[in-house]
Amino acid sequence: MSSQVIASTKNRARVLTEAEISEIEHEKTLYPDNQAVGLEALKIVQNHQGWVSDESLLAIAEYLDLSVADLEGVATFFNLIYRQPVGKHVILYCDSVSCWICRGDDVRNYLSDKLNIDYGQTTEDNEFTLIPVPCLGDCNNAPVMMVGQDLHRNLTKAGIDEIIGQYRNKSA
Amino acid sequence: MSRPPLEIGAYEANDGYQSLHTIAAGMSAADVLETIKSSGLKGRGGAGFPTGLKWSFVPQGESSPQQKYLVVNADEMEPGTFKDRLLMEGDPHLLLEGMIISAYTIGASKAYIFLRGEYHGSVKTLTKAIAEAYDKGYLGNNILGTGFHLDIILHTSAGRYICGEETALLNALEGKRANPRAKPPFPQVSGLWGKPTIVNNVETLCNLPGIITYGIDWYQGLGVGADAGTKMFGVSGRVKNPGVWEMPLGVTIRELLEDKAGGLQDGLGLKAFLPGGGSTDFMLPEHLDLALDYDEISQKGGSRLATGTMIVLDDQTCPVGMIGNLMKFFAHESCGFCTPCRDGLPWVDTIFRDFEAGRGSEKDLNILKEQVDYMGPGRTFCALAPGATAPLGSGLRYFEDDFKEHIKQKRCTFKD
Amino acid sequence: MAKIVVDGNEYEVDPNNNLLQECLSLGLDLPYFCWHPCMGSVGACRQCAVKQYRDENDEKGTIVMACMTPASDGARISITDGQAHDMRERVIESLMISHPHDCPVCEEGGECHLQDMTLMSGHNYRRYDKKKITHHNQYLGPFINHEMNRCITCYRCVRFYDGYAGGTDLSAQASHHHTYFGRHEEGTLENEFSGNLVEVCPTGVFTDKVFSQAYTRKWDLQTAPSVCTGCSTGCNITPGERYGSLRRIVNRYNSEVNGYFICDRGRFGWEYVNGEERVQTPVQIVGDESKEMSDEEIDELFNDLAKGGVIGIGSPRSSNESNYALRKLVGEANFYPGIGDDEHAINQLILELHKDKVFHTPSVREIGQADAVVIVGEDITNTAPRIALAVRQSVRNKAEELAALNNIPVWQDAAVRELAQQERSPLFILSNAASRLDDVAQQTFIGTCAEQAKFAFAIAESLAGATPTGLTDRQHELLVEIVEALRNAKRPLIISGSSNRSIEMVQAAANIARALSAEEPSHLALMLPEANTMGLELLVSPEQRLGAALEKCATGEVSKVIVLESDLYRRAPTASVDNALSNAETVVVLDQMHSATTAKATHVFPVTAFSEQESTYVNYESRAQLSFKVHQAVTDAKPGWKWLTNGKADINKIIKACSDEAEGFGSLDGLVPRLSQFVAGLKIPRQSHRYSGRTAMIANRNVHEPKQPTDNESVMAFSMEGMPAMKDASILGSTWAPSWNSNQSISKFQEEVNGELKQGHTGTLLLTKKIESGVPFTPPQSGGDGNSAKLTLSLAFQIFGSEELSARSPAIQKRMTDAYVALAPADAARLDIKQGDSVGLNGGPAVVACIREKISEGSCVVHCGVRLNPHDLAGTVSLTKAADSLPGKGLNGLIVSDLCEEGY
Ligand SMILES: Cc1cc2nc3c(=O)[nH]c(=O)nc-3n(C[C@H](O)[C@H](O)[C@H](O)COP(=O)(O)O)c2cc1C
Ligand code: SF4
Ligand code: FES
Repeated sequence: MSSQVIASTKNRARVLTEAEISEIEHEKTLYPDNQAVGLEALKIVQNHQGWVSDESLLAIAEYLDLSVADLEGVATFFNLIYRQPVGKHVILYCDSVSCWICRGDDVRNYLSDKLNIDYGQTTEDNEFTLIPVPCLGDCNNAPVMMVGQDLHRNLTKAGIDEIIGQYRNKSA
Repeated sequence: MSRPPLEIGAYEANDGYQSLHTIAAGMSAADVLETIKSSGLKGRGGAGFPTGLKWSFVPQGESSPQQKYLVVNADEMEPGTFKDRLLMEGDPHLLLEGMIISAYTIGASKAYIFLRGEYHGSVKTLTKAIAEAYDKGYLGNNILGTGFHLDIILHTSAGRYICGEETALLNALEGKRANPRAKPPFPQVSGLWGKPTIVNNVETLCNLPGIITYGIDWYQGLGVGADAGTKMFGVSGRVKNPGVWEMPLGVTIRELLEDKAGGLQDGLGLKAFLPGGGSTDFMLPEHLDLALDYDEISQKGGSRLATGTMIVLDDQTCPVGMIGNLMKFFAHESCGFCTPCRDGLPWVDTIFRDFEAGRGSEKDLNILKEQVDYMGPGRTFCALAPGATAPLGSGLRYFEDDFKEHIKQKRCTFKD
Repeated sequence: MAKIVVDGNEYEVDPNNNLLQECLSLGLDLPYFCWHPCMGSVGACRQCAVKQYRDENDEKGTIVMACMTPASDGARISITDGQAHDMRERVIESLMISHPHDCPVCEEGGECHLQDMTLMSGHNYRRYDKKKITHHNQYLGPFINHEMNRCITCYRCVRFYDGYAGGTDLSAQASHHHTYFGRHEEGTLENEFSGNLVEVCPTGVFTDKVFSQAYTRKWDLQTAPSVCTGCSTGCNITPGERYGSLRRIVNRYNSEVNGYFICDRGRFGWEYVNGEERVQTPVQIVGDESKEMSDEEIDELFNDLAKGGVIGIGSPRSSNESNYALRKLVGEANFYPGIGDDEHAINQLILELHKDKVFHTPSVREIGQADAVVIVGEDITNTAPRIALAVRQSVRNKAEELAALNNIPVWQDAAVRELAQQERSPLFILSNAASRLDDVAQQTFIGTCAEQAKFAFAIAESLAGATPTGLTDRQHELLVEIVEALRNAKRPLIISGSSNRSIEMVQAAANIARALSAEEPSHLALMLPEANTMGLELLVSPEQRLGAALEKCATGEVSKVIVLESDLYRRAPTASVDNALSNAETVVVLDQMHSATTAKATHVFPVTAFSEQESTYVNYESRAQLSFKVHQAVTDAKPGWKWLTNGKADINKIIKACSDEAEGFGSLDGLVPRLSQFVAGLKIPRQSHRYSGRTAMIANRNVHEPKQPTDNESVMAFSMEGMPAMKDASILGSTWAPSWNSNQSISKFQEEVNGELKQGHTGTLLLTKKIESGVPFTPPQSGGDGNSAKLTLSLAFQIFGSEELSARSPAIQKRMTDAYVALAPADAARLDIKQGDSVGLNGGPAVVACIREKISEGSCVVHCGVRLNPHDLAGTVSLTKAADSLPGKGLNGLIVSDLCEEGY
């Protein structure tokens, strides 16, 4: 596909980093076409930048010669692609049924109050973003949440204090 | 996970990759297909479709497309389902071995593992296992001198439950919006990038090595009821010992709930349970002695075995709240393609929010009942919304009193 | 044929279609949204639910989607079944959950498919009492409004825009009930078929922004069947008028020509009709004074002109009647085409080729069916846009073949696309620069016109068995690929045209087609630049050249000249036009708009616009089509022929005379319907039976209701009364059927879905095959490659701006670019020219520099815009950097895929 972007739009793309490019190039070897690589590239860029900005979106579209609109359609479809900035640590809180039965909501409310943010929000210090996530597949340890790549199980209010403390210390 | 995954050496020492040697010693793809067909293996991804039969729809021969694909459905996002992760993190080589068998049978030279994006642990174990398997010559060119070639690519999903639906999964792999595709044509004929494709669940594939290595009789002997083999069964909710166990198909529900999971936590009684994840109908304590096999659960229990991971509702948890939680999930996970699901589920969801907030009404209760049919099988484009109607429809039937009580008392009767 | 049973009645249907399509073909009412007659089924909306029974004993049945179920033999369904009805009602109910209650202010109201389907489905009371979802609307440019809250998520917009028209800047975004259709950010919808969204959207999400400015309900518009004058395709349109001004244009279905879609030039290029710049009254100009002419003066002038010694210059954008009347007035020997000499020669060649039995000129429908296409030089997206849309569909024939092999019905749209992925029927484009169709082309060949012609000749030679010489390796490879694709094709098609003014290109294209012809004539589509180029060329001989006519005026050999609907400064070199017009004593110009030519006239007469007259035009195929008068002229304008016959003819007489006397026009008269063919001689109303406010229309000026104007010349009446279209649809302006107020009502007027219109006809082909078999053309001897400092020049056209009249419409002007010169990066570097610089051509007028990847070094492509006269530019041009930057909009709005980024 040769996308026909009006020049002025093209102009706003950011420059992809070498690391991003080399990872994208690697993905190209795994898939037969660029459309498939587009979604991979969104993940790659997010890995490096924390989220996918408009400038990143344009950069990927241009690099892979994909339509920006299509790429936006893809980026906004999947819940693990962030089209808005997120905090340093993204908390994916399981809001599915087993965790709910195990009183996950109480713990979630506690966490929300503690960080003073609701779902979809980021703490003022930019440390944490709280996002609900469907069943994390660890239902025998409900309630659970994931912070960054770490799974935290059998959550309790006391446990939350400790976990949040750990990440705060790491950042400090 | 209580233990680290088996290294390839340890795995091999326990008959690991034995099936490939069996195949290399002279089983043709057709032989393997016949064996899997006769084994009676049914898909473990939810629908329980016979695996061998599914494979047999892949066009073979000169005139068929040369490129074929195997795709592993490792998306596991069904609420209350936590079995595939255990397999991938505990025994990744078992999955790889199953994949090689399957790919060999259908003639796929490329296989993608479509892994749930949040399963970072599985990424580690699988990445390592894949590298080991390449090193040992189980993957790559000319595997064990069979002339067969296979590459496995680990793909992590960017999220969304609908990606577990096999055709939506293919769109996601192609980097498109994960709306499901029309069936027919089935993926076996026109799948990934339009080529013949088999999508199998992780657990389904993990059954294959045993069948080839130890034979059909052994495999069929494992089941204690009508179905062959074992299955991963899980229990979650407020039970004493939630977990996952591999058990023969055909054991009773009671065995699973009481012996393995230790029954309900002290002070709680069993109100109902979903036998196989969030898309199955509620079953009641009276069903506890039914056997965990595909037909019995559907014919006598009015539900589906599906993923085999049971979610337990205790008598101090609000059934309206539980169904409401599921409806929120389904409404949010609708892909937005077809009307009943996209616009029906959010309506259902808001009604549950009203019930929760004490604003439930008879009128809305009737609307809920209507929506069960409206979003049922055949009415929607894929099985997501019908899945949602399973707990909704059965819940409305079994817990009508609870709904009415919510209306009468204008509050959730389980909250003080 | 298959037999199916619907609600107990047996019908014969086509098993290759789905049940929905067949039900609609049978005239049954079954609601739907996502299905579209020419985009197939995707099964998204679930609105077309019916009950299907296994056999006659099955009483339970299952709910299926009619659009996703084949109409196979023995199928038994019920539309009226209670459960099916209930399902359809529920679907509407949930679609309407968040739909605003804004029908009274919604521009779709009254022709809204959603309104129709809501009624048809039986949903009438909103039970939903929760919060609605709301969306943000985007600015989408000068053509289209966006009101996302009305969206019912049928996916038709993206399926059309993206899947059908190849647009890249509209997509489905987000998911579940937040699904959104828009651009990635606000901005002009770039695709040149964006206007069809207005008709494709079943409700009011995408509406016509130009229409918005003076909106009128569909039923209050006065309409008549008309033909687009934007290019030589001849798309059928329905213009709508109210209160004496033209308001909008929508597509008018014609199975052979445009089907369901027209381009944005056609849809939005009409505003000039209402414009202030229209010539208002007949005037005589003496010196700087212009004075209105009295009837007697007019009489006198034309009586004088009839005496002879007058040159008449006909127009390719004028009707056959006006051109014929002019020829009649001045005599054949004095009648010349208002067409540049090079182009005229090519057009005449094209006429000859039409008569050759070896060739068949395919209709637009047939173009869409081609399974291998070679385009030789013609930038159809910009010169015949609807043809480009058809070519874009032709590449999908491969997908349909693959689908057949895999037993996937072609109407399973998404499944067919997923199966085929990037597999396409071959399309090869020979071109000056990147074109809008490159994204679906198998290969492109970029070169100057001469290089393209040479290569095309080589293709023909190779097809004929010879081995062409003088090709580079890469060219040779490409040649082999093209030859093989053409040889393997069942329905190959060659496209070229006269816009490039290269006769060799057309000759080479003809040679390819000739080499391909076997028992069946081979398909050769040769595009002409304007709406009635073909009609005009039929009236003149090759020897009658505009240059010669101007010469005669300049030398004083003839002192009187009549210029019909032409700005000669777009048709011949400025100097020769200047010379001719300043030396002539009498220069009578008849036109709609003032122009550089009217500025030199001694007499100017206002001429009706396409919507103000009944007339015929001949398209690229030689298809003559009748276009009816929609409304009274906005000014004192009269049709050209009316002035030229000095009021002595009426439309029927003039068409008859043209038919009888002008060679090739024999079947023209047959196009005109006679009152006697209708029941009781009833006239056809131009106003709908709901037309409102007639008594009060001019109450602001006069409270007495005026008498409705009468139209004695036409079978159509300025009235609501007459023959209902449902009874006889041979003259179908706007479609309407009981319960079907939207354009979807078209199925009620088709023989079958996508078939011909009942009672209607698709026009008449004028040219007949006369030549048994011509001979191939000989390639020109390649001239010296002279390494001059000049660049070889070819012309670029823009859908928005290259057509004279539409370019005078404000909405179109917002999409126009400045005149530009496109050149290759290497040449730009050598000449020290940067992207966007202003550059003088031959030291003359300045244009914007546009550096593009896909242009051969040593050549350039010039778009003349509305400022430059292409005839002032010779085959080569020298570029010099101009000092000042141009005041215009530069390259803003130019959409090309190969723009070099440097400087941007
Ligand atoms: C909404 C939806 C979600 C699904 N999610 C999963 C999933 O996460 N994992 C899975 O294996 N199958 C899932 N399935 C079932 C698959 O579509 C498919 O039937 C299965 O992968 C086939 O594998 P099997 O034959 O090995 O069981 C889902 C189905 C639906 C309708
Ligand atoms: S039922 Fe329809 S909207 Fe829901 S997930 Fe399936 S296709 Fe998408
Ligand atoms: S028209 Fe059949 S599902 Fe939309």
